[in-house]
Amino acid sequence: MQQDALFEYLLRLGDNTLVLGHRVSEWCGHAPALEEDIALANVALDLIGQTQLWLGLAGEVEGTGRSADYLAMLRDVWDFRNVLLVEQPNGDFGQTIMRQFLFDLWHVLVLDALQASSNTQVAEIAEKALKEARYHLERSSDTVIGLGDGTVESHDRMQAALDLLWPYIGEFFEPDAIDLAAQENGVGPDLSRLEAAYREQLDRVLKQACLTAPTDFFAHKGGKTGFRHSEHLGHLLTQMQWLQRAYPGASW
Amino acid sequence: MVDALPSVDTIWEWLECVPDPEIPVVSVVDIGVVRDVAREGGKTIVSITPTYSGCPATSVISFEIEKELRSRGLQDFELRRKLSPAWTSDWISQAALAKLEAYGIAPPSAAGGPSRCPRCQSQDLERISQFGSTPCKAQWRCRACLEPFDYFKCI
Repeated sequence: MQQDALFEYLLRLGDNTLVLGHRVSEWCGHAPALEEDIALANVALDLIGQTQLWLGLAGEVEGTGRSADYLAMLRDVWDFRNVLLVEQPNGDFGQTIMRQFLFDLWHVLVLDALQASSNTQVAEIAEKALKEARYHLERSSDTVIGLGDGTVESHDRMQAALDLLWPYIGEFFEPDAIDLAAQENGVGPDLSRLEAAYREQLDRVLKQACLTAPTDFFAHKGGKTGFRHSEHLGHLLTQMQWLQRAYPGASW
Repeated sequence: MVDALPSVDTIWEWLECVPDPEIPVVSVVDIGVVRDVAREGGKTIVSITPTYSGCPATSVISFEIEKELRSRGLQDFELRRKLSPAWTSDWISQAALAKLEAYGIAPPSAAGGPSRCPRCQSQDLERISQFGSTPCKAQWRCRACLEPFDYFKCI
């Protein structure tokens, strides 16, 4: 795989975990119960840890001396390569948990496939991250089921969250030139095969959660290619990056 | 004749003196984060693996290992990160499992939850949260003595 395409591919993996990790960390000190607060903060921590591995490797591949910190803190919106789902605002707790579940389900499938990557470093990071992602999926799917099959209020909120986030699933599985290059070189998986497994597992959980999947397959796109992010990402970056923007190179 | 360098076995013994920064009753060797000690020419290579990729203790562990080796007079060494095979709670030594329990942390169990309360040994337990005070732990409570306790996650 060409180095520049591999760099782009790694940015996608690292930016997904970075942006979702930051979003989830916004709950710190605000979650509905202390135990949920701790759980969300720990999920965020795992995701940021994985970001250091992915963006660290991206920087090595790029070869111009940009570190994981540099890539995270000093790129602007149009250089981010995360899918649109992860930059969506937290909304209520149900929306946060639904977003997490929709991501975790994809994350486990993609990391599992990446363990067989022809790139050894990619395979090693995937093996490490997969253990954490499986634990996240266990919690988020249990919580989706608990809230979906809970009270009338919690059910309605989970259904609203699913309806809102549904159009963001499709971007995971729509391959572009970078995805296809990764697939051809054995670096990344065939996305269409992942989609079949994803839809099947998703249906099973939604059924247990008494939730109804929308039938429309329209999908928002433009996040992983960087073509068009939603307005939310810029706002997120102003918070996440402000220190390095105000005091470039600050460290402690 | 005198050897110029301490043996690999000796270095393992030194590393056993480095406590885990978050669970000081066990060492970094006990917890399974030191994966290998090897020689490349005159240089000692210590391979370390993180328990969780975002565990903040990882950098502290590297710092403490470096401090220990320098205090013993070792100059030429390098710490290397080793990601694969990924860390598993199966690597915690038998002795360390007992130390964890005595410290009040229920050791990992393949059943997916603690087998007994580390304080009163009751088996009447409930899970409070899948996560806890550090990435490697979850929160449980004993229904007999009513005390909450940490459970070391099994991964």
